[in-house]
Amino acid sequence: MVTFQFIPYQDIESLTSAKRINKLLNIVKDNRIVIMEGRLTKEEEADLIEITMEEIGPKFKGIELSVIYPDKNSNDLFKKIKGTVANVLLGNRIGLTIIGPASIVKKIEKNPDKIELLTKENGSKLNSKKYKS
Amino acid sequence: MVKSFFKKFFKKLNFNPFSNKNHVKLGLYGPPNGGKSTLANRICQDWLGEEMSTVSHIAHETREIVIKEQVTIKSKRGKELTFSLVDTPGIATKIDYEEFLKKGMNKNEAKKRAKEATKGVIDAIKWLDNMDSVVVVLDATIDPYSQVNITIIGNLQARNIPVIIAANKVDLRKADVDLIKAAFPQYPVIGISAKYGKHVEDFYEQIFKLVK
Repeated sequence: MVTFQFIPYQDIESLTSAKRINKLLNIVKDNRIVIMEGRLTKEEEADLIEITMEEIGPKFKGIELSVIYPDKNSNDLFKKIKGTVANVLLGNRIGLTIIGPASIVKKIEKNPDKIELLTKENGSKLNSKKYKS
Repeated sequence: MVKSFFKKFFKKLNFNPFSNKNHVKLGLYGPPNGGKSTLANRICQDWLGEEMSTVSHIAHETREIVIKEQVTIKSKRGKELTFSLVDTPGIATKIDYEEFLKKGMNKNEAKKRAKEATKGVIDAIKWLDNMDSVVVVLDATIDPYSQVNITIIGNLQARNIPVIIAANKVDLRKADVDLIKAAFPQYPVIGISAKYGKHVEDFYEQIFKLVK
């Protein structure tokens, strides 16, 4: 059985970067898949990878991570404007972050505004719901 | 720490009084098995006549930062550029020693490699702050929309470090440079084959634009 845990952005908004990362990582180490509203900063993403590496051991093999949000660097002018406006208004609250334990989640495919989780049990696509922000 | 603060501050203003043209650090970053060490060897073979790093088809062959000082390259117009080339371990979000067992290693070797690989990833991330310019080396046969690629490039962007992307392995039929260009339209992307030296002249010309 695969368990998902939803984390609203307000749950992490007031936390320091270190506490945010620890909160998310503790859930993942408990073999649950985090679906978080919003996204971490790029520096926090790098810190998440660093701390994940420190925690790797016989029982924890790492994480699979994916973030989707409107792309302000897109070549499509409409998408670019939409992404820029959304970023100005909502900051890191916009988007969706998925973090799963590598022992359960084999791969998260992003293409680029659709997320598909492939689990390890049977390698089949667990979810192919399209997310639009 | 104070120097680091001012370095970041001046970088934002595109002015760095700490920079010394003879000590420019050019980093090779990317996920494991993208061809960073093969590219490092290509650069060193072309300009120094010697190899720099060990390469292997098994992921995480490079588990420590490797630096080659005083690499001087020449442009087609005869301009010279000297830098320190920094080959970094591949950045990953997971490392499973059982994957190394499948490649024929014994249990102890596999566990040791996994442990060294985790330390390598940490070092590679910590070294981001030391880089003046970075070549992100991606395997052009693999989907570029991975979060690791996005996180690496996002962190370089956040630090105002100039970036070019080397879309490596264009000698392989599955290579799709256009897909990498579509994924990262804000950066110059050069399709190369580090192994066979294909388009490396264009790559060197881009290095001159990258390291100003």
